[in-house]
Amino acid sequence: MDSIYVKDLVKKFGGFTAVDSVSFSVHEGEIFGLLGPNGAGKTTIINILTTILKPTSGFVKVAGIDIKNRPEVRRNIGIVFQDPALDNKLTGRENLDFHARMYGLDKKSRSSRIKEVLELVELTEKADVVVEKYSGGMKRRLEIARGLLQKPKVLFLDEPTLGLDVQTRRKIWHYIEDLRKEENITILLTTHYIEEADYLCDRVAIINEGKIIAVEKPSKIREMVGGEIISVKIDGKAKPFKDELIKNGLAKEINERNGLLDITVEKGETKLPLIIKKADKLGLNIDYVSFRKPSLEDAFLKLTGRKISDEFNNIGKKGS
Amino acid sequence: MAKKEVNLVVSMFGFFEINLSAVYALWVRDIIRFYRSKSRIIGTLATPLLFMVFMGFGFSGSDVFLGNVSLDYKIFLVPGILGMTILFNSTFAGISVLLDKEFGFFKEVMIAPVSRISIVLGRIAGGTTITIFQSSLILFLSTLLWFKIGSLFGFILSLAYMFLMSVTFISIGLAFASRMKDMHGFNLIMNLFIFPLFFLSGALFPLNRLPEPIKIISYINPLTYGVDGLRASLTGFSEFSIMTSFGATLFFALIAVFVGAYFFEKSEYL
Repeated sequence: MDSIYVKDLVKKFGGFTAVDSVSFSVHEGEIFGLLGPNGAGKTTIINILTTILKPTSGFVKVAGIDIKNRPEVRRNIGIVFQDPALDNKLTGRENLDFHARMYGLDKKSRSSRIKEVLELVELTEKADVVVEKYSGGMKRRLEIARGLLQKPKVLFLDEPTLGLDVQTRRKIWHYIEDLRKEENITILLTTHYIEEADYLCDRVAIINEGKIIAVEKPSKIREMVGGEIISVKIDGKAKPFKDELIKNGLAKEINERNGLLDITVEKGETKLPLIIKKADKLGLNIDYVSFRKPSLEDAFLKLTGRKISDEFNNIGKKGS
Repeated sequence: MAKKEVNLVVSMFGFFEINLSAVYALWVRDIIRFYRSKSRIIGTLATPLLFMVFMGFGFSGSDVFLGNVSLDYKIFLVPGILGMTILFNSTFAGISVLLDKEFGFFKEVMIAPVSRISIVLGRIAGGTTITIFQSSLILFLSTLLWFKIGSLFGFILSLAYMFLMSVTFISIGLAFASRMKDMHGFNLIMNLFIFPLFFLSGALFPLNRLPEPIKIISYINPLTYGVDGLRASLTGFSEFSIMTSFGATLFFALIAVFVGAYFFEKSEYL
């Protein structure tokens, strides 16, 4: 059964089309990612699915309920917003208690549920500390815990690790994996971190400028790029070098980014020496070479002709 | 473990429903926040206290005429200062939803599966409790200085006035907040709304000193009746009869709740 069903969803703000006829569905128990650069329309889609915004047109069902039935949808979903939405003057436990009461949980399930979710995100010891004193990662964990309090069928995470350091990010990923095992829940998350989508998601929808370009398993999307990627940094003019490689059929495709040439090749192991030789012949010095399987970032670049984010490059380096 | 829903929903004439558990959650939150910010407790009491002490001593001994009865200015002043405390703090309490918007917590409130009227009532519950606490404290301090409360019944009646006045101005504050994006407009509201209401309410001087055209504004000012009612219940002296001031105060409170709830219902939550 589909947990989320989206058909021909359109959202316009004045003359600007933020979401352009988007269709996809998310299966029950799946972790589904919306991957795209900032401004691609991910948050707008989440806001519509969580009944915060009304769509211009299209049909959407969440947890089996038409989103026109706002209160019913709201009772069945949990949301972690992109920006913190905690009361800093309250303790973690008080924030959770507030939420539980807003969702009408009775006394017994309130206390047992609060205990459970605090344990899940390992905040039990800090539960009675005022949120003001929490670190960014702790706040995010508390928000994830809060989103789970009412036992939602679907959990929405809007950029769950935005602005967190690499270590904290990894930790959040583990919590998200754990909660899928323990809570039997469908998760839809947005991210512009490729690594995150790759690590967490069963399937990913790649979004660019309000349109979905592909919906696939991360591994499938990587395969769509095909071959391997050789990145080289050359000292000198890139243009003649690029032309030469394409002309001789050494490269399938070449993209430039951050002063690097990403050369997509088949059978990279045999092509690498040839490429270096070619550079020699043209009198170019190669300062740096790397060889890798294509990442989602490469796939995104290929599919959209643009990079997801600059942050990715930093994460990629630190993470791998 | 199955999730159990508390069925604390009150349906009003079938038109709208109130989630009592949500009202309570909002009330508790306001009380905790107030309790934790000691500087706010002192800060909000300082202004009315300074007004009361300095104007009270400064004009001490001068008589004020209400109709053809006269009373000492410092006695006349105390209910006015209570009115001031209520007006300033309640309006601010209403507008302060904008602070929640700024810090993101507003989304958490607005996304909950509860009716907007529940959110409005939760705000009112928290705000009135705090305002009544603050004005009672001012009243208590005034009795340490020079003030004498007429009777126990008078005191209880004054609490009813405090409540209704507080409801009125929190609702008006909410209505303002619904039309504003952030707190930048607060100074404007302070100068164009709060201060005029304060000066034209009979809190600092009797209305009969005002020129006729301005008096008209005083008569449509909710604070006028509240202050006069407080004065009637605490000192026994007043401009209007208790029936008039209580009726008017109740009337304004009801109107304000509906206006506040209406604007809040229409407001956007992003």
